[in-house]
Amino acid sequence: MTRTLTLIVNGEPRTLQAAPFASLADTLREGLHLTGTKVGCDAGDCGACTVLLDGEQVCACLVPTAQAEGRAITTIEGAGPAGLVDRLRESFLAHGAAQCGICTPGMIMAAADVLARDPRAGRAEIEDGLGGVLCRCTGYVKIVEAVLDVARGANAFAAKADAGAAVGARLARVDGRPKVEGTDHFGADHQPEGALWLRLIRSPHASARFALGDLAPVLARHPGLARILTARDIPGENAFGIFPTIKDQPVLADGLVRMRGDPVAALVGTRAAVEGFPDADLPITWEVLPALHGAAAALAEGAPALHRAVPDNVLTRGRLERGDVAEGHAAGAATASVAFETAFVEHAYIEPEAGYARRVGDRIEVTACTQAPVMDQEEVARVLGVPMHAVRIVPTACGGGFGGKLDVSIQPILAVAAWVTGQPVRIVYSRIESMASTTKRHPASIRARMSADGDGRFTAFEMEGDFNTGAYASWGPTVANRVPVHAPGPYRVPHVRNRTRAVYTNDTPAGAFRGFGVPQATLAAETLIDDLAEGLGLDRWTIRRRNALDHGDTTASGQVLHASAGLPQCLDALRDDFLRAQADAEAFNRTSGRVKRGAGIACMWYGCGNTSMSNPSTMRIALRPDGTLTFFNGAVDIGQGSTTVLLQIAADALGLAPDAFESVVGDTDLTPDAGKTSASRQTFVSGNAARLAGEDLRRAILSLANAGPDARLRLEGACLHVENGPASRVIDLTTLSPDETGAVLSGEGRYDPPTTALDANGQGVPYATYGFAAQAAEVEVDTVLGTVRVTRIVAAHDVGRAVNPTLVEGQIHGGIAQGLGLALMEEFIPGRTENLHDYLIPTVGDMPEIVVHLIEDPEPEGPFGAKGVGEPALVATAPAILSAIRHATGARLTRVPVLPHRLHAALHAREAAE
Amino acid sequence: MRYFQPATLDEALAIRRGNDVVPLAGATDVYPARAGRRAWGDPTHKDVLDLSRIEALRGIEDRGDHVRIGALATWTDLIRADLPPLFDGMKRAAREVGGVQVQNRGTVVGNACTASPAGDGIPNLLALDAAFEIEGPSPRLVPAEAFFTGYRATACGPHDIVAAIRIPKREGRGHFVKLGARRYLVISIAMVAAALETDAAGRIVSARIAVGACSAAAGRLPLLEAALPGAPLTDAPALVEPRHLAHLTPIDDIRASAGYRMAAALALVGDALADLSRPAARVA
Repeated sequence: MTRTLTLIVNGEPRTLQAAPFASLADTLREGLHLTGTKVGCDAGDCGACTVLLDGEQVCACLVPTAQAEGRAITTIEGAGPAGLVDRLRESFLAHGAAQCGICTPGMIMAAADVLARDPRAGRAEIEDGLGGVLCRCTGYVKIVEAVLDVARGANAFAAKADAGAAVGARLARVDGRPKVEGTDHFGADHQPEGALWLRLIRSPHASARFALGDLAPVLARHPGLARILTARDIPGENAFGIFPTIKDQPVLADGLVRMRGDPVAALVGTRAAVEGFPDADLPITWEVLPALHGAAAALAEGAPALHRAVPDNVLTRGRLERGDVAEGHAAGAATASVAFETAFVEHAYIEPEAGYARRVGDRIEVTACTQAPVMDQEEVARVLGVPMHAVRIVPTACGGGFGGKLDVSIQPILAVAAWVTGQPVRIVYSRIESMASTTKRHPASIRARMSADGDGRFTAFEMEGDFNTGAYASWGPTVANRVPVHAPGPYRVPHVRNRTRAVYTNDTPAGAFRGFGVPQATLAAETLIDDLAEGLGLDRWTIRRRNALDHGDTTASGQVLHASAGLPQCLDALRDDFLRAQADAEAFNRTSGRVKRGAGIACMWYGCGNTSMSNPSTMRIALRPDGTLTFFNGAVDIGQGSTTVLLQIAADALGLAPDAFESVVGDTDLTPDAGKTSASRQTFVSGNAARLAGEDLRRAILSLANAGPDARLRLEGACLHVENGPASRVIDLTTLSPDETGAVLSGEGRYDPPTTALDANGQGVPYATYGFAAQAAEVEVDTVLGTVRVTRIVAAHDVGRAVNPTLVEGQIHGGIAQGLGLALMEEFIPGRTENLHDYLIPTVGDMPEIVVHLIEDPEPEGPFGAKGVGEPALVATAPAILSAIRHATGARLTRVPVLPHRLHAALHAREAAE
Repeated sequence: MRYFQPATLDEALAIRRGNDVVPLAGATDVYPARAGRRAWGDPTHKDVLDLSRIEALRGIEDRGDHVRIGALATWTDLIRADLPPLFDGMKRAAREVGGVQVQNRGTVVGNACTASPAGDGIPNLLALDAAFEIEGPSPRLVPAEAFFTGYRATACGPHDIVAAIRIPKREGRGHFVKLGARRYLVISIAMVAAALETDAAGRIVSARIAVGACSAAAGRLPLLEAALPGAPLTDAPALVEPRHLAHLTPIDDIRASAGYRMAAALALVGDALADLSRPAARVA
């Protein structure tokens, strides 16, 4: 049922046909094609759809269109009150307050609401006003700064960089303007005309056999449906998975489901038909089987096998052994042990998976949000049974990934639907569907033991960890292999033995999530270090500093760190702060009753790039006869800023200013393979490829101009000036003959980080370089309620070289927010916390003050000395917070999240013990 | 699905009588519930009775001996209304509901009608002795304690519409404390609303205290309310005893354990009383 309605949108009356109960968000997006208003949850939980209704911020997903009739609606596409929206846009851009950009329109509208009411709003008023919009990327730090600046009347100014001065500059992200204007197109923002819609019918059972009945009568009863696709409709192989040898996840389940949310059928048809189809109309009979929840159940004697090829449910075993751990413990003056438990953690990117596919002759094009276009291309090709070159992946703007969009989700089934119907097909996951069906951080059960001698020097570390990888392998093997290398932490430990298992269960699949298992392992190890400090009467900073890996040291995998090992500098940078915070807290606690303060500390290291595997990247720069300079960059920017950082590197390597370039990003038809946006590898690996591409083009230009290496380049239209003193000359690009791609001059760079395979004991060079960090946390604990407020975090990160300090800080702030969530509130429980009001991520009011120290111990192997920073910021946060809670209260916590009732129980157990 | 949008209460009542409809005001509970059903394949929705065009349901009005909160009055309307200190707790609750977006849309009456055990407005309505103006086949005024009949259940019948809430104006101050696992946008683990009247000497004359999220429906603490009168307000926090809360029946869920909820509620009752004894709490 629709009716004719008139809405006043951004000052213009817009008359349209709409269902009165359709949400305003849906009407704006699908009816008026104003896609700047984003939908993140359809439940008022995330605020991404915030618009102004008669000047007041509302969630457009909670407003019936009928109630908006005749009222003034301001969206990000509009100008807003008193030029505020424009000023906020510029300020967001200059501050780096937009990362992925999916929350940006909602944030800007909420901020406009606050400032329209209170033009001189302070931090508290701004936080109150933005409290209803979730951001998963920024930790809100730069967002609040950007809004505060507008409140103070400051004029935003985004830095520009001259030729040769891009690396190290705080450039505004080059893809930022569409994000602040609401014109960036995310997966759900592509609305091809005449598209059919796709919806998956998913299993409510975690383990069951099923049989489908006759579908012909169902189709007849639902004339808007074009097809109901089942397993037998998959033209190629009905399987996908990250590893070439483990394609264990079906596109559509074939008679057996292994998790709640496994898709059993796909509806293709009009939007009304697929959305209006009750799942109960699908003729399906279920035989529900017992489900294995948690790794322990799957490892139990006699547990049924989830996958025939893996009878014991152990997908992968990881192992590292160095020295003799028994001897190491024997040499210790103190030994500590811990059993640590972590939960499933949801990525909670604000953009649920979305996109569309269309068939173009014998080729298929999939336009969707992703972190790994070429992997998507391989998976789609296999599922369709077509060669890879028949598949084009066009990445949309990606509204957050954090590892969760490293697996295919919608791509294969979209491709199948478009392939068999010949029509464009769209899909937009609901928030609940996204949370119920896509990968998570592995829950870990870790048992670890560590010893140190009388001086606090570590003598031995050992751990055994079981990682619940859920129903399908996803990135489970990577987690199982990365953890043993990193588990002892960034310390010298002569005797190490680490063993890990990734275990299949009937839970939601666990895959890649910022840190690949290292955050879980670090929680265990850093707890042990605090134990040892306590046991030996050493200060927590000192014991870490004494053991910190330094130049020339050997890691547990036997790798010698020749350069860029800046942990000592990181620790030195926060020493005074930490010791002051520790002393302040102790002084406060001497007289305080209920509220106790604490300071904590933790360190981390993180290998950049894939573990002991080739993971090359290729970048290309081309100059056309008209002087168009294009950077062909296959690295998907998921908000972290690779589009900007790689351009800064390429620009300086070539010797032209960044704004001389156009960028083509991610499209598999147009860009060479840069590999995945994962493993903190794009700045380091693709950065090297970008540097090499820039150098390659520069070489070609200089040789054509017969100029020396110090020549300066200047591009003016079709004239390329090569300035080299008396030997200067101008190349008229129109006179050069273009190659088959249309380029007259081009450069290409390929880089694959130098690593070696690990031997049976996990010995070798798994990564070319490592990021290092030390973080201190300060907390305030209400010991009666068991609540924790993190008041301050000091983060010192060795990033080699900060190519763009604003973006690096943004990564650290965002990583800290996610680390805080991991420590205190985030726990995904299949079937129970499948939305953003039961699954909690930090809001703007949960963030502490953050102080960042950027340590630049240059990596000779890195582009301009740079290393990756994407994951490291998360890793040290949770253990530092736990260390601080322990300092405040004495409670040694071995399970995250530390929900209030868990801390309360721990405090009571401690009281009882005393 | 039909969508009714009548302009008068009489029309609305007629629609309500003749159809199985879900009354809708701010819509902030209806859409999340719909999203939850749709995600698992239930696209059905009851017909909707949108009350938003009924002028008589708007606004917050001082009616001499009581304040009347119309069914369309939002949390923001409440925050902005000029109300005596008795309503300070109500206003605090209003600021804790969802984010500003939800405060701008969600209604006090709608929150009560959803009757979630964790509804942030409900303990205040109990503590303030609110009464529900129910229109329908038998128009009546139902006291809050009789209105909330159980888990997501109320005395509002299938042919009724809650037109307003009446809160008697009395001396004294109100207060509200909420506990959640994060700062904003959070469902309560436990919460307490209190309304206290004191004499010139600072002694408690009357106390009405309610706890939410610790039983199927929020409930008052009659034993504590009986124990407090006569005591100096500053002594009140120390008078709170576990037995005063013994009738609550908290549950274990994803947010907290039952035992913790009970302990937290006990602490929050003390906190609410302590806040009331400090002048700072007067700033709602």
